Amino acid sequence: MTEPLLSIADLRVAFATRQGLVRAVDGVSLDVREGECLGIVGESGSGKSVTFAGVMGLIRPPGRIEGGSIRFEGRELVGLDPQAYRRLRGRDIAMTLQDAQTSLNPALTVGTQILEVLLAHGDDLPSGRARLRAARQRAVDMMTLVGIPAAARRLGDYPHQFSGGMRQRMMIAIALSCRPKLLIADEPTTALDVTIQAQVLELIASIRATLGMSVVLITHDLGVVAEYCDRVAVLYAGQIVESGPTAQVISDPRHPYTAGLLRSVPVLSHLDRPIHPIEGQVPDLIDLPPGCRFLPRCPMARTACHNPVPFHAFAEGRAARCVLAEAPR
Amino acid sequence: MRSVALLQRLLHLVPVLFGVTVIVFLMMSLTPGDPAEIMLANQNATPEQVASLRHDMGLDRSLPTRFVTFVGHAVQGEFGLSLFHRRPVAAVIAERLPATIELSAAALLFALFMAIPLGVVAAVHRGGILDRLATVGSLFGVSLPGFWFGILLLLAFAVNLRLLPVSGAIDFAHQPPGLTGFLVIDSVLAGRMDSLGNALAHLLLPAITLGLPMAAILMRVTRASMLEVLRQDYITFAEAKGLGRTRILALHALKNALLPTVTVAAIETGSLLGGNMVVETVFGWPGLGRLVVESIFVRNYPLVQAAVLLYAVTYVLVNFVADMLYTVLNPRVRM
Ligand SMILES: Nc1ncnc2c1ncn2[C@@H]1O[C@H](COP(=O)(O)OP(=O)(O)O)[C@@H](O)[C@H]1O
Ligand code: SF4
Ligand SMILES: [Mg+2]
Repeated sequence: MTEPLLSIADLRVAFATRQGLVRAVDGVSLDVREGECLGIVGESGSGKSVTFAGVMGLIRPPGRIEGGSIRFEGRELVGLDPQAYRRLRGRDIAMTLQDAQTSLNPALTVGTQILEVLLAHGDDLPSGRARLRAARQRAVDMMTLVGIPAAARRLGDYPHQFSGGMRQRMMIAIALSCRPKLLIADEPTTALDVTIQAQVLELIASIRATLGMSVVLITHDLGVVAEYCDRVAVLYAGQIVESGPTAQVISDPRHPYTAGLLRSVPVLSHLDRPIHPIEGQVPDLIDLPPGCRFLPRCPMARTACHNPVPFHAFAEGRAARCVLAEAPR
Repeated sequence: MRSVALLQRLLHLVPVLFGVTVIVFLMMSLTPGDPAEIMLANQNATPEQVASLRHDMGLDRSLPTRFVTFVGHAVQGEFGLSLFHRRPVAAVIAERLPATIELSAAALLFALFMAIPLGVVAAVHRGGILDRLATVGSLFGVSLPGFWFGILLLLAFAVNLRLLPVSGAIDFAHQPPGLTGFLVIDSVLAGRMDSLGNALAHLLLPAITLGLPMAAILMRVTRASMLEVLRQDYITFAEAKGLGRTRILALHALKNALLPTVTVAAIETGSLLGGNMVVETVFGWPGLGRLVVESIFVRNYPLVQAAVLLYAVTYVLVNFVADMLYTVLNPRVRM
């Protein structure tokens, strides 16, 4: 099998806080293959954003990458020289942030904000006076592609002149302007109303097909994953508890947390399931016991669960962090 | 659309300016001491002479009448005779104003050039050695009395080291031909490099003394707002775009962080006026501030009244400009 585009192995990220060391990401391993869409699901605070801030090289003090490896196209990114990282960001790997309302600079026109990426990375743009014109054309093309009407006229507008949905589109246009190989979309729909949510997701899916890029779709909505992602990784308290092809994970979850998540949300393909929220709370990430992190909430817990539980493959393409993973339920 | 809003704001100034005028007028009219008697003090004037002067000065008329006369004259720039100089107050003030404006502008420039880079560096390297130095320094800058700091500078650089002049705005031998009254501008216009150097040497210490408290305040404002801005999502997104550090700090962060700095700078410019009186006195600066202090001592009422009104009006206008600047810099409130 060919090497994955992005390969994260045993990534650990911690934040030094007054209360103690917050182990926000604690041994995450996952692959993103060429052209695929990987869904990342998990409750708020499970470490989804921090994991991919790590990939972008954007962990800032008090946060620190404590260990592990992030390889993109075979190149190690942990400890990569800042200049090289800067050239990679925005050009090869792009990310849209969770909150589109606050992620565009209010003091700069959207034109400035999209042109600057193109000009920073556009090695293939012509030089001299044609450069700006070419960059402008690309900006307008990309804005048109994401469905911003009259794009050329909107270059001089400020973010506050855009609606919420249009701001999300604008952020996607900026992220995609250099045609990255990998787009990380962090909860692209959370702040939007339902009809616009669907539009934005359809947009990402269709652009993925057009540009042939890989997408990491971060969401807390398994329904979204079921509809748009080839594979899914479920995060719980800084660890991946289950991963595999979306259809298999949804029809045959092997981790009680995945099963609980599935029971707690309506999934379009499985609307006959009754809805039950998961009891209990996400554990505090500071003083974690050595055993399974889901134990306090797990309906199937047993003695073995108090020992460390490894994340292990139990079938072709499937892995879980549970002592019961081998047994279908 | 924009000009309509601008006009509205300008109209709002009218009642404010009127109020200011009333207060200045009442302050001067109600302070104890009869200006006519003060003018004729030590001259063995008879009560008739005092009464006749009171009549000439309009002091025997009712308060409202006097107010109307005062406003009527004031809008024409007519403030009567300076008792001490025996010349029109307006002319005396006009003569001193350029020196004060020059000093204030130099102080403002000094403050901005100190405060903005220091505030940015302090915020970017938060908790670092420079941040701590700047924070402690700004505490001194805010709390030290200006005259005290000015005297220290004078003793060190003018008296002991003899690097800079002790007093005044220019040495007689270097006086440029007076066109505008602004020594720096006049020197440049006349192509007199010797005058320019001499004027700048005189300007340095008073400008630093006057600008230092403002620099301290602006440094803190810049640092605080920069820290706030650097936490924002749009900075993270700018980093995620792979932009260079300089562009992120100088454009993305600073353009937002400068908003409070500029507003405070504009407001503080009003308070430079107050600082001017002390600093001009310490450095023998031939400006309006020193003139006002001298006039207060000799109870030169017409001049003090005109100067206070001028200060108040300037303060109001400076705040108006601050408002406008905020609008220009912040696209969200753009009309
Ligand atoms: N700057 C920070 N300082 C301290 N803790 C942080 C910081 N950023 C994130 N965390 C912690 O990391 C954990 C994971 O956060 P995040 O990845 O944002 O979750 P989500 O899955 O909702 O995206 C959270 O529990 C949060 O408390
Ligand atoms: S390891 Fe044990 S406690 Fe953890 S999820 Fe599996 S069964 Fe539940
Ligand atoms: Mg998140």
